[in-house]
Amino acid sequence: MPHLTFAKFIFPSLAAMFIFIALPIVSVVYQSFFIEHEQIMQEVETCDPFSCKTERRIDPEAMIALRAEQPAGRFNGLGTYTDSAHLAFDEIARIWRASPDILTALDRITDLPFYRALLFTFAYTAVVTPASIALGFFVALAVNQIPKLIRGIVVYFSLLPMIVPSLLGSLILFWMIDSRGIIGSSLQVLFNDPTLSLKASPVLTWITLFSYGTWNSTPFVFIIFFAALQTVPRDTLEAAMVDGASRWDRVRFVVAPHLANVATFLVLVSVMDNFRVFEAIIGFSAQAHASSLSSVIFNDLRSGDVPLFGSAAATSIMTIICIALLMSPSIRRTWISFRAKA
Amino acid sequence: MRYLSSAAIAGLMLPALATAALADCPDFGKGSLRLLSNEHASVEIAVDRIAECATADFTVKANLNTEHATIQGPALSVSPSEYNVVVLANGSLTPLLNANLVRPLDDLIAKYGDQLNPNQMIKINGKTMAIAFMANAQHFFYREDVLEQAGVPVPTTYEEVIEASKAIRDQGIMQYPLAATMIPDWSLAQEFVNMYMGRGGEFFEPGSAKPALDMDKAIATLEMLKEMSTYMNPDYLTFDTDAIVPIWEAGEVAMANLWGSQASSFLPENSPSPEIAENTRFAAAPSVGGQGVPATTVWWDGFAIPKNIPDEDAEIAFRAMMYGLSPEMVADNPRAAVWLIKGYEPTPAAKGIVESVQGGAPSYSMLPYMSLMHDTFGANLAAFMTGGKSAEETISDVLRDYETSARQAGFLN
Repeated sequence: MPHLTFAKFIFPSLAAMFIFIALPIVSVVYQSFFIEHEQIMQEVETCDPFSCKTERRIDPEAMIALRAEQPAGRFNGLGTYTDSAHLAFDEIARIWRASPDILTALDRITDLPFYRALLFTFAYTAVVTPASIALGFFVALAVNQIPKLIRGIVVYFSLLPMIVPSLLGSLILFWMIDSRGIIGSSLQVLFNDPTLSLKASPVLTWITLFSYGTWNSTPFVFIIFFAALQTVPRDTLEAAMVDGASRWDRVRFVVAPHLANVATFLVLVSVMDNFRVFEAIIGFSAQAHASSLSSVIFNDLRSGDVPLFGSAAATSIMTIICIALLMSPSIRRTWISFRAKA
Repeated sequence: MRYLSSAAIAGLMLPALATAALADCPDFGKGSLRLLSNEHASVEIAVDRIAECATADFTVKANLNTEHATIQGPALSVSPSEYNVVVLANGSLTPLLNANLVRPLDDLIAKYGDQLNPNQMIKINGKTMAIAFMANAQHFFYREDVLEQAGVPVPTTYEEVIEASKAIRDQGIMQYPLAATMIPDWSLAQEFVNMYMGRGGEFFEPGSAKPALDMDKAIATLEMLKEMSTYMNPDYLTFDTDAIVPIWEAGEVAMANLWGSQASSFLPENSPSPEIAENTRFAAAPSVGGQGVPATTVWWDGFAIPKNIPDEDAEIAFRAMMYGLSPEMVADNPRAAVWLIKGYEPTPAAKGIVESVQGGAPSYSMLPYMSLMHDTFGANLAAFMTGGKSAEETISDVLRDYETSARQAGFLN
């Protein structure tokens, strides 16, 4: 394609990406360097139906004037990034000095709000991504074997987890694993333990969230693999059969290499998707045992009467950095193979 | 929803009456009522009453939404504001006052507010900024029959609640006799706030946003919450009111601390299991630590009128609300809420709230930094409840996180 034509085709998409992705990210970076103005307080007498008392309240007029002067707030530099709600350098130093060994230190560090969220987010991504890709691959292989007549229906039902809004899906599962629900009470019978509760133990909650995540993201993987399977060259497959290759050999030596590029794409997309895990934690009311970077951002933005925009912005930026780091091996490989082709 | 449907059925069956009601409608003027509120059955009643008076010149639009507190700031910041009435509570008035988004109502009260009780007026420095119309508090719900069967008196302190739970469990009546709204974040923290204030604890240094927790009282509160949790269903950390109502109706819980605004759904005429509802009783929140004051915070719900609307719009909104929240409405719906409106006589469903207020329970703080403290407890208490942290560690984490977010929010340096 001539370069000019290519540029014309890509321009609208580039413009949209600049306006809707790049600019907002710049503004988030900017916001992360600021915190709220120092609140100007005044004493007021407050009366409610039950009593009267003198209380301290924010002086609204003074604050409005202050905000008009400097809308972003007070400059805090990298202070927000290093405070105890984020990278917590001071706390880590203190824990490091006070802990007898590395394991205790690590245990205490992963109790800090940011690292706790980071740990869960990484664990979720590390488990759900390979699990959903493997599962999606096998579902695609299986569906590909089904006679064409009923294949459409099977494909439709396999896609259901993706069609059901994920918050709804998690709520339905949440009720099923309740100790009164069908899964929860079956497990109690199975393990002969009437106090078994999937919601009460941190480990079981994590497993539940991972399983739910796999269930939820498998259909996307499946449908992409299923489409790619239609392009596997028949000739090669038949040649392999003539050579006496078993079904497993054909999958391993013909189908899998053919799907390698698709798999790379799926890893990229799934990692990005899974790193933003959020609905599951809300849907499963799992805040007691799990928090993700997204749920930390959400909490900052809904923090009582004063949304902590700076804090949320700092966490967002660190999320972006983490995703970029996770992406880098894949992107590097794509780049190398691109260079090799060129 | 129940109220809405019964109102709808009444409207279908008695068109004659409806026309009669229409005839009583005052003329609010040419304009509209645009109301934003939390989901409250009582607000629905008031809105329905106003909506009966809707004409071509006067329209009614209500947004009853559990996310009302998130919407209200942005919606009122634009001029003219999208809504001309916001229904709010102790906590949600604070951000609107901070941003100077609501108007003083004294002129409107002088013109149209004869029906108001003096204590309905929420005054800030002598100016009425909101009109309260109902009270709410978490209080004690119990099953009289179960307590009798276990041979224990009705608990009036949390220490007795634990004894009664033990008796019920030991006699094999119920495995998990106790319930509370302990879903982490706001509700779990609210349990702490209630009980810590019930012990006479303070959160801040006077006149400052600096935290000043009483360590002994805070730790005693945490230990008691944990001890109570051993008598609760193992899933208690996922329980909000909606999760507790069905297990109460299934007869699996004997005692709970729940919101008074939910009490009417526990009454025999509204409950799907009347035999349990008949034995359900309400009382003031238990006291704790020998303080003798109900360990709960009392809340008011009321309405305010935005600053960024024309005066005529505000006048129409105020008159409509006065009609919707009139003593006649209370006379028709005495059980729907603990009304603060003239002519209200407490009903059996109101017993818990009324006794809590009379017992001297404090109202929930309107300090602007209280919500940050509350949220910090919400984020940290779960780790303590599940045994991941000791009480001391939890309190020190709370102080650390509170100071960080208070600094972010500009309350501390």
